[in-house]
Amino acid sequence: MARWPFSAEHDELRRSIRAFVESELAPHAEEWEAKEDFPDSVFTRMGELGFLGLSYPEEYGGGGGDYLCNVVLGEEMSRCGSGGVAMAVAVQTDMAVPPILKFGTEEQKQRYLVPALTGEKIFCLGITEPDAGSDVQNIQTTATKVDGGWVINGRKIFITNGRRAHAITLVAKTDRGAGHHGISLFVVDTDAPGFEVARTLHKVGMLTSDTAELTFTDMFVPEEALLGKEGEGFYNISWELQGERLIGAAGTIEGAKRMFEAALAYANERKTFGKPIGKHQVIRHALADMATEVEAAQQLVYMAAWKVNNGEYPVREISMAKLLTGEVAWKVADKALQIFGGYGYAMEFPIQRGWRDSRLIRIGGGTDEVMREIIGRMEGL
Amino acid sequence: MSAPDLFTSDHEELRRSVRAFVEKELLANAEAWEADESFPREMFRRVGELGFFGMKYPEDVGGSGPDALADAVVTEEFARCGSAGVSSSLGAHKDLACLYVYNFGTAEQHARWLSPALEGRLVGALGVTEPDAGSDVAGIMTRARRDGNDWIIDGAKTFITNGAWADFVVVAAKTDPEAGHKGITLFVVDTDTPGFEARRIRMLGWRTGNTGEISLQGVRVPDSARLGDEGSGFYAIMQNFAWERLIMALGQVAGAERTYELAKSYALDRSAFGRPVGKFQVWRHRFADMATRIEAGRALTYNALRMYSNGEDPIREVAMAKMYTSEVAFHVADECVQVHGGYGYMMEFPAQRAWRDSRLGPIGGGTSEIMKEVIGKTYGL
Repeated sequence: MARWPFSAEHDELRRSIRAFVESELAPHAEEWEAKEDFPDSVFTRMGELGFLGLSYPEEYGGGGGDYLCNVVLGEEMSRCGSGGVAMAVAVQTDMAVPPILKFGTEEQKQRYLVPALTGEKIFCLGITEPDAGSDVQNIQTTATKVDGGWVINGRKIFITNGRRAHAITLVAKTDRGAGHHGISLFVVDTDAPGFEVARTLHKVGMLTSDTAELTFTDMFVPEEALLGKEGEGFYNISWELQGERLIGAAGTIEGAKRMFEAALAYANERKTFGKPIGKHQVIRHALADMATEVEAAQQLVYMAAWKVNNGEYPVREISMAKLLTGEVAWKVADKALQIFGGYGYAMEFPIQRGWRDSRLIRIGGGTDEVMREIIGRMEGL
Repeated sequence: MSAPDLFTSDHEELRRSVRAFVEKELLANAEAWEADESFPREMFRRVGELGFFGMKYPEDVGGSGPDALADAVVTEEFARCGSAGVSSSLGAHKDLACLYVYNFGTAEQHARWLSPALEGRLVGALGVTEPDAGSDVAGIMTRARRDGNDWIIDGAKTFITNGAWADFVVVAAKTDPEAGHKGITLFVVDTDTPGFEARRIRMLGWRTGNTGEISLQGVRVPDSARLGDEGSGFYAIMQNFAWERLIMALGQVAGAERTYELAKSYALDRSAFGRPVGKFQVWRHRFADMATRIEAGRALTYNALRMYSNGEDPIREVAMAKMYTSEVAFHVADECVQVHGGYGYMMEFPAQRAWRDSRLGPIGGGTSEIMKEVIGKTYGL
């Protein structure tokens, strides 16, 4: 029987994604980590296999599946051995592109959505700026109305896929005086004059992911670059963030499960004082705690995902899932590193990578502290 | 209460009616009963009349089921009665004493003990734990010796919920001390049998519960009081652990939720430095953490319940749920005391009671350490 909330069809999809991840991604993890990069062909290959469009409508080249298909993809990508690859793909499938389906015109869908699902157009999402992250209202990038379009000026930072992207889903201020009513979304080709990749950022983890700082200098975009209605960008990006956080949570907690499994296997193998370390009670209990926290956080993810799948908009549960999975994953990664002892600390073993990679989820997509603000306010506090 | 994919509208209707009863007839009396350190024994009769003991049992023994999910609803609502001694007494009767007689009893035993117990005309208890053996069931010392067609039972039981006022106790005794866990047999002992004595134990919390220490000296019972086959007691106990722990987890989540509400309502009511305590960011975040953990505990427990009601035997998931939720419940209760400040420490406020009552969660029904042993074992550790 399939594990709730999944069906037999989801399990079948899971098997095919897993086969791909294990044969075409995981074997390259070490090489890509060393290069701090991975080839763009990952996107086209995944597009070819239909994995970039699982839940998108068939008329645009998607698979017509439900939301839980995305969860399956997010979970299985945790087996690729490189958090940066999984994140780059999630930005495409569940962050930068969903607003085009949800808010885009038919023309925008044909121009951007169709090639996004084949992997020919790689996307990035431009929200965060040097001085504004979750505080979206305070962004400084401006889009000024001119004849025939808009002129955009500003700067975005920590942009996943920023260097390799062909297009960006961009948040900009269209009315400085209107607060959060003055924000709009745009979809822009990165070959627009004035678009520049200022630099690639070096990070402590997620090494294969290209993370860029982007600048826009008098970047002209035509009228049809506006995505959704003018002034509704704040609400539309708040909607996007729910999908971003939930897919992040789903992938993160499945990644934590991989870390637990690695620690469990090692605990059964490695002997000290005449028995496997897992047979020492303290390690057995540490593993029991790890397994319990992973299971609790994963069930919270599934509860939220089930609601999304049923057409609900569970901001509270999504925020909780994002918060808890981040904390649990980080804690589990650290305990796993401890169980591996000296090998955990050695760069030639993958545990340190999981430890470094898993630290990001507590920051990216809204920090733990931002999640608590959202939850606390929804609780009336 | 959010219950994805689990409860039906009939269950929710049942929930409303149990909740109305709990609020009107239990919660309203909680303070008075706590002061008395007991509650009226007639409450068993009242609950029996309302049919709330019988959800899990089929009609031919006097129940209205079998419907484990309906029983879960009753358990959740009982946990909101404001006095863990009351909810645990009703629960130990319904889920321990009655369940053993139902699962392992003959039709005659059902007629003699179960049916009147479901009506609340008899109060039941389960006697496994002894002064020197708890979860280590194979280590019990109570002996039952054959004497013609009868059995003579000698020994002691302790921490027995309802033990001080029960009409019958399901007693685990060694019938073959050489056979280890294969030498344990269950008996139903009427508490008016000569040689049976009980005294109440005063406890830190659960004060309204009539928890007892039992002494059995030359207690003679007929062979018709034997529950199940000779030597089957250990397996019977193991078999019932899943439901027993699942029920505890359900109660912990519901109880924690009520304690959380108590804490939040005080935090919004009480002002310091010009605003409600709950509007300070630190408290808003601490409430967000509490709410997140309660929700994760619920998701974890509901998944175990879903597996159980699908006929699976979720040993691991149940142990995880019991451990996780009882620790969350105590954490929430401790935060509840903290947010109340000085009032939290005062006996006239209910915060301290939630705190004392919830401290038993990580001990009763198998400690958290035992749960970790159980979980570790499922991973081969």
